[in-house]
Amino acid sequence: MAVTHHTLSVLVENKAGVLTRIAGLFARRGFNIYSLAVAPTDDERFSRITIVVDAESKPLEQITKQLFKLINVVKITELHPDEAVERELMLVTVRAEPTVRGQIIELVGVFEGKIVGVGQEQVTVMLAGAPNKLDDFEELMRRYGIEELQRTGRVALPKLDRATTRLHSVSGMVS
Amino acid sequence: MQMSGGQALIKSLEMEGVEVMFGLPGGAILPVYDPIIDSPIRHILVRHEQGAGHMAEGYAHATGRPGVAMVTSGPAATNIVTPLCDAYMDSVPLVVITGQVPFSAIGSDAFQECDTTGITLSVTKHNWLVTDPADIPRIVREAFHIATTGRPGPVLIDIPKDIVDPKNPRSAMEWYWPTLEDIQKDLPGYKPTTKGHPRMIKEAARFILESERPVIYAGGGILKARAAEALRELVDLTGVHVVTTLMARGAFPDDHPLCLGMPGMHGNYTAVTAMQKADLLIALGSRFDDRVTGKVAGFAPEAKIIHVDIDPAELGKVRRPDVPIVGDCKLVIEELVKAVRELGDQPDRSAWKSRISGWQEKYPLTYQQDFEEGGPLKPQFVLEKLRDSTPDDTIVVSGVGQHQMWTSQYWKFNHPYTWVNSGGLGTMGFAVPAAVGAKVGRPDRMVWAVDGDGCFQMTAQELVTASAERIPIKVAILNNAYLGMVRQWQEMFYDERYSEVYLSPDLPDYKLWAEAMGCVGMRVESPDEVQSAIDKANEIDDRPVVIDFRTDSSEKVYPMVPAGLSNDDIVVDPSQGEGGH
Repeated sequence: MAVTHHTLSVLVENKAGVLTRIAGLFARRGFNIYSLAVAPTDDERFSRITIVVDAESKPLEQITKQLFKLINVVKITELHPDEAVERELMLVTVRAEPTVRGQIIELVGVFEGKIVGVGQEQVTVMLAGAPNKLDDFEELMRRYGIEELQRTGRVALPKLDRATTRLHSVSGMVS
Repeated sequence: MQMSGGQALIKSLEMEGVEVMFGLPGGAILPVYDPIIDSPIRHILVRHEQGAGHMAEGYAHATGRPGVAMVTSGPAATNIVTPLCDAYMDSVPLVVITGQVPFSAIGSDAFQECDTTGITLSVTKHNWLVTDPADIPRIVREAFHIATTGRPGPVLIDIPKDIVDPKNPRSAMEWYWPTLEDIQKDLPGYKPTTKGHPRMIKEAARFILESERPVIYAGGGILKARAAEALRELVDLTGVHVVTTLMARGAFPDDHPLCLGMPGMHGNYTAVTAMQKADLLIALGSRFDDRVTGKVAGFAPEAKIIHVDIDPAELGKVRRPDVPIVGDCKLVIEELVKAVRELGDQPDRSAWKSRISGWQEKYPLTYQQDFEEGGPLKPQFVLEKLRDSTPDDTIVVSGVGQHQMWTSQYWKFNHPYTWVNSGGLGTMGFAVPAAVGAKVGRPDRMVWAVDGDGCFQMTAQELVTASAERIPIKVAILNNAYLGMVRQWQEMFYDERYSEVYLSPDLPDYKLWAEAMGCVGMRVESPDEVQSAIDKANEIDDRPVVIDFRTDSSEKVYPMVPAGLSNDDIVVDPSQGEGGH
């Protein structure tokens, strides 16, 4: 991912219209939202919005400050890719005639994806992982013929501090 | 106590200490208008909803208390969008209540339905669509809290008819009044910073003491924070010169020897030039607006910046400050005064002072009034006469354009809250309704609206309101028969090609129009009639007065920094030769 993209993790009150306020603010200040994922947190009063923003033209600082002025915004964290765990989910339907179906299944296995639908001539694959892993898989599927593809946009949380991360790595919980 | 949502709404306004509101009823808001009959709150019935919004703004400007306006749904709500945007740009505390179609009808394109919260999203500090009458007291209290704290601004409460209508069982609620703690708990994302960072304040004090050419760049935030006295103390302690922006006129007295007046596109030469040549700008509640900075790259190139603002988003938005301080202007200035006092004596700045007085002598504001028979009446002459014939604490309200700039330039504002105008949005038609609101808030003061003929035609109907409600404002129309500022730009930058700017001096007949609206109408065509007309107007206290001053169409506002150029390229009055630096 190019450095011109930034990930913002925004904790908001879980109220009607909050997403409109946020999306409207980006539009009004001339920023393009690259991807967006929203869902309630463990505390149902709040939702977390993960926004990947295309910040080529303007500094991110101004939009962050403007966002924070919204009454319903509780907390904003800017997540640098090196300091965050980022994941995304993709569903993709690929042309899979019998002659190539084996190759596709093999690739799905390599990428630790899952086949969630099978038709006469196509398969639908589900793949979750780091965004660049999804990019790679998407590229590989292209030669077979992608019929439909949908990605969720990324969700992200800050990486835990180094000591804890190592511990988790040892136990195999974090790739 | 059981009551309907409509009763709860009016009672909540009473609990907030609202004494007056401006509005116009209609279908969806009818149930809220009924309990007004039994309420001590004074309601002023406007002739157009835009008028209600600007009146509430004028009231807020003049009193410092939040202005309240109430209108119905649909077209009434869209009519009040302009005042909301105006208040948003100029940080005016406003609480606007709009009616909405019944909750069950929302989204069905019902009669007089519009998406009010959607439309006003970007012109309010916050807004609410109320869905449960039990929420009304809490939301009203939150609305006033948000409008008046932090960076003040307008808020809007949109109320569906069914939850306020006593005939509908859905409107029943049990009365309560939340505490401040209750509403703060309900607003986890709203915690304005008011106290400046002590280390930054010390740093600012050090910068001031090290500076040889400092200028205080005072903005509207001084008035919003009620920091005029604190500013006075800082200036008396440091001896630093002050410029007061269009939104801050009166925040520091014009008759103080260190006051340089207004900077910016039509600021006076010394205020503009002192900022350009400064080595330190102390920005207090100002926001580096494009009308002040001119071309940003060429603005105050040698100056370090101390920027104090309650809104963190203003710091670094236009110009990166060397010392950023988020906080309330009054609290920060008071701390700054202490910090400066602790650090000791100010350096000798006599060389800088004499440069400043040199500019003041060389380039004062100037115009030429011809007293020969038939010589055209100059607008600046009218303003000087008006200024000298009115009490020192007169509240002056203006519209937007040439007349606004001349008023800001030629008036002497020696008290805070005596100047009311539309700065950020530049709303033509602001003057008449805002003057009505100011007079309602300060009935003890003389209130003069200085308006242009173009502006006057946009909102003059509110003089009917003023006559009916016996609100004796005075209006001076500087009638140059043109959209004067547009004409000036066409003359200077469009080869004198006057496209669609002529309005005619006598269509409408302003004197007759004023009389038709229940005002005293007068007309002044020559310099020798000015004084007697003003004197006569000042004696009338039982109804509004309108004077149609027929002024010179070709008069232009100088100095001027042409749009897009640096402040170094300032153009002075042609009689003063070349400006520039």
